[in-house]
Amino acid sequence: MNALEIKNISVTYDKQPALEDVTFSVPEGSLTGIIGPNGAGKSTLIKSILRLIPKLSGDVKVYGKPYKEQRKMIGYVPQRSEVDWDFPTNALDVVLMGRYGHIGWLKRPGKKEKQFAMECLEKVGMQDYAKRQISQLSGGQQQRVFLARALAQDAQIYFMDEPFAGVDAATEKAIMNLLQEWKKQGKTVLVVHHDLQTVRDYFDHCLLLNKTPVKFGPTDKVFTYDNLQETYGGALSILTQESTLLQEG
Amino acid sequence: MTYTAWIILTGVLVGVTCGMTGALLILRRMAMIADAISHTVLLGIVGAFFVTQSLNGIPMLIGAAIVGMLTAFFVQLLDSSGVQSGAAIGVVFTSLFALGVVLLSFIGDSVHLDVQHALMGEIAFVPWDTLILGGKEAGPVAVWMLSGVFLLNLAIILIFYKEFKISTFDPQMAISIGVPVVFIHYLLMSMVSFSTVASFDSVGAILVVAMLIVPGATAYLLTDRFGLMIILSAVIGAVSALLGYGFAVVMDVSIAGSMATATGFLFGLAFFFSPSHGLIAKWVRRKNMQKNLNEEARVS
Amino acid sequence: MNSLIEFLSNPNTQWVLTGSILLGFASGLIGSFVLLKKQSLIGDAMAHATLPGVCIAYIISGVKSTPLFLTGAALTGLLATYFIQAIVKHSRIKTDASIGVVLSVFFGIGIVLLTYITKNMGGNQSGLDDFIFGQAASMVRGDIQTIAVGSFLIILFTSLFFKEFKIAVFDPNYAKGLGIPVGLINSILMALVIGVVVVGIQMVGVVLIAALLITPPLAARYWTDRLGLMSFISGIIGALSGVVGTTVSTIGEGLPTGPLIVLVTSALFLLSLLFGKSKGLITRFFISKGVRHT
Repeated sequence: MNALEIKNISVTYDKQPALEDVTFSVPEGSLTGIIGPNGAGKSTLIKSILRLIPKLSGDVKVYGKPYKEQRKMIGYVPQRSEVDWDFPTNALDVVLMGRYGHIGWLKRPGKKEKQFAMECLEKVGMQDYAKRQISQLSGGQQQRVFLARALAQDAQIYFMDEPFAGVDAATEKAIMNLLQEWKKQGKTVLVVHHDLQTVRDYFDHCLLLNKTPVKFGPTDKVFTYDNLQETYGGALSILTQESTLLQEG
Repeated sequence: MTYTAWIILTGVLVGVTCGMTGALLILRRMAMIADAISHTVLLGIVGAFFVTQSLNGIPMLIGAAIVGMLTAFFVQLLDSSGVQSGAAIGVVFTSLFALGVVLLSFIGDSVHLDVQHALMGEIAFVPWDTLILGGKEAGPVAVWMLSGVFLLNLAIILIFYKEFKISTFDPQMAISIGVPVVFIHYLLMSMVSFSTVASFDSVGAILVVAMLIVPGATAYLLTDRFGLMIILSAVIGAVSALLGYGFAVVMDVSIAGSMATATGFLFGLAFFFSPSHGLIAKWVRRKNMQKNLNEEARVS
Repeated sequence: MNSLIEFLSNPNTQWVLTGSILLGFASGLIGSFVLLKKQSLIGDAMAHATLPGVCIAYIISGVKSTPLFLTGAALTGLLATYFIQAIVKHSRIKTDASIGVVLSVFFGIGIVLLTYITKNMGGNQSGLDDFIFGQAASMVRGDIQTIAVGSFLIILFTSLFFKEFKIAVFDPNYAKGLGIPVGLINSILMALVIGVVVVGIQMVGVVLIAALLITPPLAARYWTDRLGLMSFISGIIGALSGVVGTTVSTIGEGLPTGPLIVLVTSALFLLSLLFGKSKGLITRFFISKGVRHT
């Protein structure tokens, strides 16, 4: 069963094409890393799937049905830099926001919801910071609050935008554990990722993207030197380091 | 109620109504859009007058809401066509406001509405312009309008509390879970327009801008909780109105101007003395940290 | 028609028109840099903040003297920009809120002082009210000469420092590397902006003078991608707005000058937005059509 089917997505910023004719299908229960050079449209792809930015064309199916009908199955972890951490609220409250999609109009999160949010904080090792104003958290801790919020959302398909960027070891481990747990539960995860060295460890599937998909498939088949060179083109400075790594692996 | 009590009630209602709306504006970084709307609403009021030939409350509210929305819409339009947002706000508000002022000067002296009035209001006349219900006087029109808008704003904030919170903190996530963020945006814009037009007659555009922006900014310096910030902002608005009124009576100067000045005074207090985010608290924290560092250095 | 010719041949109006052309050109010119520095709304706050300065100058001196008024205006205007920056620097308040706080509080103080003057300093305060929306008709020859000379000096200085402004605004770090004193250049620029606001408030008023800094350069941006040409076009748009607005205001008695000038600017902006050579909406529409056909 395919959790996600993307057909012919194209996006343009002003006159510049950002994504051209992206088509791929993601099997249920897979962990996919979205890999590509800067400006390849990795975040744009996620955002256009989630309808955060307008598409020129394209169609998204979630478990065979249109995106709009399946919105409750989708969870999103944006880049940390995209929100205002001075916002007057605490960590627990941010996690509770993950429940908003379930609570419905007019209602407030109740005791049960708060307890659930607290459990989610515990899972990422942040229970001691529940009442802390969010600007007083470190970057890694903020990222873990976002993870807890994603947990609270209890979605079937997760989209994460660079969750590993600039985090500490503890957070990296928390993310890893979470990804594995989700995989065990049969959830599908797509992660925008920068660090080529860790791709093999983290993901079982890869989407190599440079405005248009170069390759999509299981990591051991797709994540090869030739494919990477095709994706990154002239950006060989990264690839020379990477080639030694690939040959070792 | 006495004459003075009506004036104070009017001022406090303006402070509370604008204050609670303003807290949201500060968090959404839309203070200057509010500034723009509270100017351009004049065009809506003048427009409503040209259509109905009277200064009736309801057409004025509708006209103000329309022009308020248009302001927000034009700013958004220019913004998305690549004009930087500050300049977009500047162009839209000066254009629509100028149009309002010029049209206003055509109306002439026949009606109780002029440029001076639009800017500064005349809160001192509020108690005399009363609503007649069943042949009886039922309090000033301005108080009725303000109370109505206050209850409306309160209801909107209570109903859409969650939605306001998430679409302000993380609009992208809000969209992804299906919160209608565009609707929420224009809802807030209409709250601003309604608050402005209800306050306009009594206190004028300038005080509305002050009450919309300054109490919210002050509350932002005092608390780290979203709900509390809205409440505090409303309270600060009310206190500014009281302080301003007192000052105006003692010094025999403009009531609206004094209330605006009072918001600035309270902001200044919070800026320096807020226990959490004030300049002095920050300075003391930094000194303590330095001291601790020095002691640690000495111990080791 | 006759009245227009009669009007134009009057030496007094010739002075007024010269003043408005120079003021419009100066503000359009300097506005280009304000726009590129993304400080349009700071200009607005600065303008509103000049009102208490004018009032304080009057309260202290007790006489209606244009040079004193303008000095007071410049001082509180500068103070306001300083406050805006200090609030952003020393607290969690963001720029737009800081601008809003300073603008509304300074203007509120201005209104308080204005009523204080009306109540306590007798009837000869008339004239101060005109600072709010501007009234070309009530200006005397000396006022106009101040505007004309002030504007001329601003145009002169901007032309002299054009190259330095350009590099300091576009890439301040690079400019520092070249040995250009960026801090000093920015201060000169700020002084010129204050200058335009201060000499312009009598004619356009504190509430709307910012439009003369914001709108012309924005309109000019639709015609060219080159800074030099953009500032020139911006100046022309400003001058055109000044002269047309002032003329209409003087002929139609009692019509406030500032709002009329601003309306003309806005109309020119709208035209540029639609028909501008490099970025106008309609122009772009036809270009994109053309691309599709080829």
